[in-house]
Amino acid sequence: MMKEEIQLIKEGKRLDGRGFEELRPIKIEVGVLKRADGSCYFELGNNKVIAAVYGPREMHPRHFQDAKMAVIKYRYNMAPFSVDDRKRPGPDRRSVEISKVSREALDPVILKEYYPKTAIDVYVEVLQSDAGTRTAGINAASVALAAAGIPMKDLVSSVAVGKIDGEVVLDLNAAEDNHGEGDMPVAMVARTNTITMLQLDGRFSHEEFERGLKLAVSACRTIYELQRTALLERYSESVGEGEA
Amino acid sequence: MGFEIMEDIRKDYVYDLIESGKRVDGRGFREYREINVERDVIKKAEGSALVKIGETVVLVGVKLEPGEPFSDAPNEGVIMTNAELVPMASPDFEPGPPDENSVELARVVDRGIRGSRTIDLEKLCIEAGEKVWMVFIDIHVLDNDGNLVDAAALGAIASLLNAQIPNEKYGLSGEDTLPIRDTPVAVTTVEIGGNILADPNLYEETAATSKLTVISNADGTLSGMQKSGSGGLKEEEIAEMVKIGIEKAGEIREKYLVT
Repeated sequence: MMKEEIQLIKEGKRLDGRGFEELRPIKIEVGVLKRADGSCYFELGNNKVIAAVYGPREMHPRHFQDAKMAVIKYRYNMAPFSVDDRKRPGPDRRSVEISKVSREALDPVILKEYYPKTAIDVYVEVLQSDAGTRTAGINAASVALAAAGIPMKDLVSSVAVGKIDGEVVLDLNAAEDNHGEGDMPVAMVARTNTITMLQLDGRFSHEEFERGLKLAVSACRTIYELQRTALLERYSESVGEGEA
Repeated sequence: MGFEIMEDIRKDYVYDLIESGKRVDGRGFREYREINVERDVIKKAEGSALVKIGETVVLVGVKLEPGEPFSDAPNEGVIMTNAELVPMASPDFEPGPPDENSVELARVVDRGIRGSRTIDLEKLCIEAGEKVWMVFIDIHVLDNDGNLVDAAALGAIASLLNAQIPNEKYGLSGEDTLPIRDTPVAVTTVEIGGNILADPNLYEETAATSKLTVISNADGTLSGMQKSGSGGLKEEEIAEMVKIGIEKAGEIREKYLVT
């Protein structure tokens, strides 16, 4: 007996009514936490994620300091109630790996040389999970870093593509992720076309991979615009006042 | 501090050499170091392989034990992959709980085997919902001279190919060889100054900011990928890395995994 087979595509539409190349609705709020130096609330469909940034601040323990640049620390954490079956609190192997690849997704854009010997802490909390949490976390973290005033070359945008019922589609939800044939999270600097995270899980032909990557790249551009707009909306007013 | 300066000098050296079209050990950009796979080296393990890529040495052991299946897959065997960066393998490895690098190594190897559905897990069911074979793939890194992923992944599939199911030991009967359907092979490349190098040694790995592991199967499909390192890659670079990945995997499979 196999896992229950579900038909994920009916009459050219996905179960939630989306087309193959359609993102779930996205909502971005900048500056949602009082104490953090920068923060961002990010919704992607039923995913609810908050990112907070502290720093640059003194690095503890000191032997982890880098004399030439800031050290980025990234913690991806799922709330126990964020998933169907309660998740045991604390880091597991999955979140250790996600924290690593997410940090490396953001690392290339942060001007770490400006703050030697310091730490920049990025905390991502997944409050509700519906597949794609690492990408939502990276999107939120990128905005939170900008909101914290950390000098960056650009924002990082992230999305996953996947394969369901033999089709390459954008932005899998949980049902599609559980019953689909593959998942491929991507993060990129949309303006320079630089890919900073790439993972692949499941089985893709060479051609499907290429098509998937193109799809992810174009969706990252869309997300980039939303991130940028959210930051502008939050800060354009105060910038305007400052100039007056 | 002194160590960091040495590291910088070495990075510059690697970088400058590559700019002039050469590698530290004289290899071509797409050339692997010498690979050596010795199977069945640990008699206590159900399957094992000692893999050397140049001076990188990884020992993989596969153990099988009956255990309880997961509730969402009551008729399927279970795969558990673990990696230990043993302190003897490098002055940078420390004893203690697995750090992010060993977790990543294990999860990437695991993903390649899982994604390709290499092991026919339904054939590992002993009693539905009660008892299935648990396949433990343990990666023991003995000497790190770079590119641990490719060595570990090759060791994993080589061990699985010669693993025997210990039916007798547990008073069971049935097929003795593991139901293996595919041969995923990992190929790692790095980007240094716009050049793509296959099978980076430790110096090259340290000098590079981005690394991409591509895991592909006998039919050329992809069953795992992982970019790591704090740099970015252009789409064209990724396309080239994937192409090299599939090509090299074919050569390695032909040479070391054909039974």
